Amino acid sequence: MPSSEILVLGGGTNGLSAAFRLAKAGHRVTVLEAEATVGGAARGWDFAPGFRTPGLAHVLHLMDPRVIKGMGLKLDLTPLPSIALAASGDHLTFGGTFGSTLTGVSDAESKAWADLRAKLLRFAGVLAPMKQMAPPRLASGAGNETLKLLKLALKMRLLGADDFRELLRVLLINIWDALEDELTDPRLKGLVAFDTTLGTWLGPRSPNSLILLLNRLAGEVDGNQAALALPKGGMEAVAQAMTTAAGAAGVIIRAGAKVARILIENDRAVGVLLDTGEELRASQVVSALNPKTTLLSLVGPRLLDNGLVTRLRHQKSRGAAAKLHLALTGLPDFRGADLKARLVIAPSSNAVESAFNPVKYGEVPSAPVMEILLLSLHDPALAPPGHHVLSAIVQYAPHAPKAGEDAARAQMLEACLTQLETFAPGIRAQVAHAELLMPYDIEARFGMQGGNWHHGELSVEQMLFLRPLAELAQYRTPIDGLWLAGAGSHPGGGISGAAGWNAAEALLKAGKA
Amino acid sequence: MSMDNLHYLTPLKQTPFHPRVAAANVLNNWGPWAGCTSALTLADEAMEYTAIRNAASVYDLCPMVKYRVQGADAADYLNRLTVRNAGKLPVGSVHYTVWTDDHGQLVDDGTLFRLGPTDYRICCQERHLPWLLDSAYGFDVIIAEETDEIAALSLQGPCSAQVLKASGFDISSLKPFRMATFPFEGGSLMISRTGFTGDLGYELWTDPARALPLWDRLFTEGKPWGIKAIGSTALNLARLEAGFIITNMDFIPAPQAVREDRTRSPLEMGLGWLIDWDKGSFTGRRALKAELDGKTARWTFVGLDIPGNISAEGSLIYAGQKDEAGFITAAAWSPTLKCNIALAHVEKIYLHRDLWVEIYALRELQYVKLMLRATVADRPFFMPARRRATPPGNF
Repeated sequence: MPSSEILVLGGGTNGLSAAFRLAKAGHRVTVLEAEATVGGAARGWDFAPGFRTPGLAHVLHLMDPRVIKGMGLKLDLTPLPSIALAASGDHLTFGGTFGSTLTGVSDAESKAWADLRAKLLRFAGVLAPMKQMAPPRLASGAGNETLKLLKLALKMRLLGADDFRELLRVLLINIWDALEDELTDPRLKGLVAFDTTLGTWLGPRSPNSLILLLNRLAGEVDGNQAALALPKGGMEAVAQAMTTAAGAAGVIIRAGAKVARILIENDRAVGVLLDTGEELRASQVVSALNPKTTLLSLVGPRLLDNGLVTRLRHQKSRGAAAKLHLALTGLPDFRGADLKARLVIAPSSNAVESAFNPVKYGEVPSAPVMEILLLSLHDPALAPPGHHVLSAIVQYAPHAPKAGEDAARAQMLEACLTQLETFAPGIRAQVAHAELLMPYDIEARFGMQGGNWHHGELSVEQMLFLRPLAELAQYRTPIDGLWLAGAGSHPGGGISGAAGWNAAEALLKAGKA
Repeated sequence: MSMDNLHYLTPLKQTPFHPRVAAANVLNNWGPWAGCTSALTLADEAMEYTAIRNAASVYDLCPMVKYRVQGADAADYLNRLTVRNAGKLPVGSVHYTVWTDDHGQLVDDGTLFRLGPTDYRICCQERHLPWLLDSAYGFDVIIAEETDEIAALSLQGPCSAQVLKASGFDISSLKPFRMATFPFEGGSLMISRTGFTGDLGYELWTDPARALPLWDRLFTEGKPWGIKAIGSTALNLARLEAGFIITNMDFIPAPQAVREDRTRSPLEMGLGWLIDWDKGSFTGRRALKAELDGKTARWTFVGLDIPGNISAEGSLIYAGQKDEAGFITAAAWSPTLKCNIALAHVEKIYLHRDLWVEIYALRELQYVKLMLRATVADRPFFMPARRRATPPGNF
């Protein structure tokens, strides 16, 4: 029977980053991945004969620099400008990093945007270091990273009194109000509202939505804050690079190993039982799986306190982002828009809010909003010659549709194609095959509870020291030797590896103590 | 409007025994208990207390909250919920137990009845349905509140066994904390040898339709033994002598506590003996283990013997007449023991110093401050041999 010092459950980006960090510190680490290939949301698949999507996620914007540097990842990154599509063809180009260049708007709007953008980036920059640390606890002897916290406080203080007051004002307001206050162009407001709410269960007018934009802007690619990039080979190339680095560090990766239960003896995790009946023993178990799955299913409620179980059951994890893959027989025409850019259909902030309204009632929106990438233009190998792959994240899709799963999926696909046809006339005729993953499909395939891409909604009441729950926020669980390392923990999802890295650091720190 | 919607007109519910209790309640002295009308003193507090200790007393127990736990996982469920081992409780038996939250702080105490291999009843002071239902996640159990479906009486006192025998229920072989079922008026009556007085006594459980016939049978057959209806005031005195605690009088249940330092762990309430550390996981176990291992318990719960005869109810306790060391939650002059007794929370660090109780004695509209040296006394203050004797004594 093979034995390992540390078992990492889940071979997604967080599992891989945690495994690498622990192996580097000298531990023998085995990663257990249920699927045939590792990568999690960064694993690719053929969605139609000859057509491939290189991942559920398709844009890189949050990759943790510690992970890139630590794992020595060489990613060939193409910066992605965004285009806010207009049905009229009067597009707005949102170039550079987060619209550092803006074309297609008035001078006054450009100036207003530059001011708002600078402010948002400044605030996000102050908060960014939070991502790379375990969330603090309000308790004596909590083992907080005091120095980092002091630096953070100093950085906030150095904003100056006016800016600091402004940060506190905007921190918990909604993005819709902020955009109304500062901007006039509906395309620009629509784009920013879309970026803010991407992957969440919030509309632009929902309370606390602005902080999610700050969270997004706190990310960086290649040292560029708030940048968006497409890695060569897509997300699966990121997963591949991480797998290679982990392997080189001595991590053993076992694909097709589905964990049925975490073995616990005397209140301590001692290994796992695979669904094949095979038992693997270890001194520590690090779960990069969903926190609800880990604790409610693999540990089970009987070994946990009732309050914790109840709070975990009630932790919100509704997904509203669907993933659309189209196999196209030719290049579509989005009324002249640069097809190598990230194309966003979100004509106004109201359009985003209107697309959110129906999902509250388990219904499908008639005019969904989406971000579109024509991936085959960047990587021709994804489609047969002359053909193309369109990859889109579409919002908002109900995770528990009233109409039933199949009917809602068909309805949503129809709504997507209708919306696409409005912005790219003739595209419907080019569709050879369509795959739409609704939140419940994503849950089934990727283990994301409720189909939420963050493995638990990223919202202010479930962020930082409240993620996934206050008592689980330092990556520890009540079971000795069992750690949480997935996107369900701080700082949340996105192809990032940050939660896994933080968890590994917490485990190593505890080992030293 | 249907009558169902008019409940607000009578915010307190009347129990199935209300017609009889009301007739006996010549002082018309009522108080609320768990949403029901409950008698405080019916006619004469001293005579009611005397019935408990010297004859037979009847107390309307209907407002006590009752939950039924049934299903294949009932024992496992209760082992996860409560600190004691419910699996070891034999069918037909009762035990006293407590349960805590994740932090090991008391939620409530109560008695657990094992009615069948997969069938239990919890009797307690406060309502906990959400907590009980949440705790059922992952267990094959059905939880139901059945407070209103059961009419319960407490028959306590040295003559209680004789009253039952005269009423046609042979409980001579019934041991303490055991129960037995008897046919009664076309239905059934369950009798458990349990109670809240520390004396020989029984609790009687039937359906509400048989409540008044039961009352009438007891009072008719029990007349030679001076059977008497009692109110909460007399019972409270008896329970204090027995050293029993009451939720929300001697400790604040954790879900209701507003102030962080008001909650108590079982270890701090002298209830550590209930905890089965070997039965496996239960809610609060990790916190309680940490408290035990780290010796972090701040409080201890003790009985006090205080000079004089002025009740020290609500008094503060001082170490060396100066440092505030604790407070009293229940106190009275005990007519049976001829002692001034009290139940008190004392901070552990002061336990072995000289403890003084500050009493404000009201003497003709004027408070007089007394500072009296108290001594820690063993609980229960009063535990007569007749409480446990089987067969029960023939008084």
